[in-house]
Amino acid sequence: MMGMNMYRADNVSVAAGGRLLVEGASLAVQPGRVTVLVGPNGAGKSTLLKAMSGEHRLSSGRVTLDGVVITHLSPLALARRRAVLPQAAEVAFPFTAGEVIAAGLMAPDGRDGARIARLLGEVDLSGFAQRRYDSLSGGERQRVQLARILAQLELTRADAPSYLFLDEPTASLDLAHQLTVLRLARAHADKGGGVLAVLHDLNLAAMVADEIVVLAQGRIRAAGPAGEVIREEVLEAAFGVRVRVGIMPPGPFVLPQNVHWAG
Amino acid sequence: MTVEHVTMAAPAEIASGRPVRAGLILFALLAGAAVIGALAIGPFTIAPGRVLTILWAALTGDAAPGVALRERIVVLDVRLPRAVVGALTGAGTAVAGAVMQGVFRNPLADPGLVGVAPGAALAAVAFVVFGAPLAMLLPAPLQALGLPLAAFAGGLGTTLVIARLAARDGRTQVATLLFAGLALGALASAGTGVMVFLASEQQTREFLFWTLGSLGGATWLKAALAAPFVLGLLVASVFLARGLDALALGEAEAFHAGVSVERLKRGAVIAVAAGVGASVAATGVVGFIGLVVPHLARLVVGPSHRVLLPASALLGVAVLLGADILARMIAAPAELPLGVVTALVGAPFFLWLLLRRRAFVG
Repeated sequence: MMGMNMYRADNVSVAAGGRLLVEGASLAVQPGRVTVLVGPNGAGKSTLLKAMSGEHRLSSGRVTLDGVVITHLSPLALARRRAVLPQAAEVAFPFTAGEVIAAGLMAPDGRDGARIARLLGEVDLSGFAQRRYDSLSGGERQRVQLARILAQLELTRADAPSYLFLDEPTASLDLAHQLTVLRLARAHADKGGGVLAVLHDLNLAAMVADEIVVLAQGRIRAAGPAGEVIREEVLEAAFGVRVRVGIMPPGPFVLPQNVHWAG
Repeated sequence: MTVEHVTMAAPAEIASGRPVRAGLILFALLAGAAVIGALAIGPFTIAPGRVLTILWAALTGDAAPGVALRERIVVLDVRLPRAVVGALTGAGTAVAGAVMQGVFRNPLADPGLVGVAPGAALAAVAFVVFGAPLAMLLPAPLQALGLPLAAFAGGLGTTLVIARLAARDGRTQVATLLFAGLALGALASAGTGVMVFLASEQQTREFLFWTLGSLGGATWLKAALAAPFVLGLLVASVFLARGLDALALGEAEAFHAGVSVERLKRGAVIAVAAGVGASVAATGVVGFIGLVVPHLARLVVGPSHRVLLPASALLGVAVLLGADILARMIAAPAELPLGVVTALVGAPFFLWLLLRRRAFVG
């Protein structure tokens, strides 16, 4: 059957304030694959990710998980299959890092301290369980949130692939931790899950993605493996700048010093 | 990583590093001490040991050896209903405060914000002024219920109007809920002011009970009326706790984590309105308990609602009964209104919290 065993958007449009933010977007996030959304500011990347996660209402089209329209699933049923890393999350009360992870888990065994300690270790925050969340740096908070959604997916059904949605997961991270996050995303896909990420850095995108989807002005302009999508004419059309793309095994790269100022 | 620590500590404490279990035990002991104190202390003081003997005898149906009938009557018929109503109001108001703070994602929220308390007070004073003919319509044994029922209906009604105002596209907008609550609360207070103008002197004195709160009129009937709604709130809070924890991460985050956010908010507002409405109907408006008690509890057991809500219930019992003991003792044999005592203690404490918070923020 169409759409089985994947998380997909069909002809999705999202409007807000009388403006179409995303128009007629179709894409499939598949188990075992990392799909990355790239595009200029305001292209609709985050909006599309939010539409697919169920957070944003669609003005037309549909989003399905294994063929089932996601609005027909309860929030709990959906949360058992997909987790979302927020862009910048404020926490209302003086929670510790460990409590933030426990707070996001609806499963009864969510407060397992050993699991929380291990997941904090995976995001390079060993020993942070009892640190106050509001005393952490932006990058540390981002990684606590990542540990939280990894915990959410660990507690889900083992018999069906789960999906990790990351909205600019590297935004406030230093280079080493950007790579940590992308390694964890890659590992999730390699274990049979699906990943959808919004990334700004084309080189990181090219490095981690199985499929890159280029958005501009709310529409999907190109989609495919990095080698097919990270091309000078595609990037110029989407971003409005002329760049030079180099190829070096294992893939294409974009160097800022190769920029030709447009016009 | 100390493995022993991980395996031996309670799960909640690994994640938080807080003395959760010790805190809950402490609050339970305080609540117990406050109940015994409420039964022992008064113009006619009875030793705590004797209070326990009398309670035990009443529970088992045995005769209490060496206890005067007068002591039995004071403890069981005069002070016990008052303590029970106080415990219900304390637990209900404190839990309501903690739940509202969770829904608003703001530690300064208060049950008064969703209009329950001012709405209930307005309905009560309006009933005092205009309601006597209405009460005549009720069968005689229920006439005494007219006033508490009016207060309850007023509280719940105001909250439902506010919740309605804040709903847009099927979603409850928390900021609108807050502002609508403030506006309607102010309106209700203005209405109460109008009633003061219309009222006779005797009625004005009765208003004090509703606007400042008191356990003075506590009876078993009032306790029986409040109990189902307050206990309903306490039971509901067990089911709300997990969702409120997730809500602290943000509304979108809570949804992503699997919470039906709209259902959570509606359930919380209705449970709070019922619990606080019933409390106000029994004791009038007792301020600051809903604001201050959850704060104190949070300082000890942390902000996770799974422990905060039971901790607030226990501490609410202790603080309200403690305040009532003060209210009875300060100007004995006269009684201060309970709300005056909670405000005298609560307001400076609240200011201290504000300043402390400002120091934290920067």
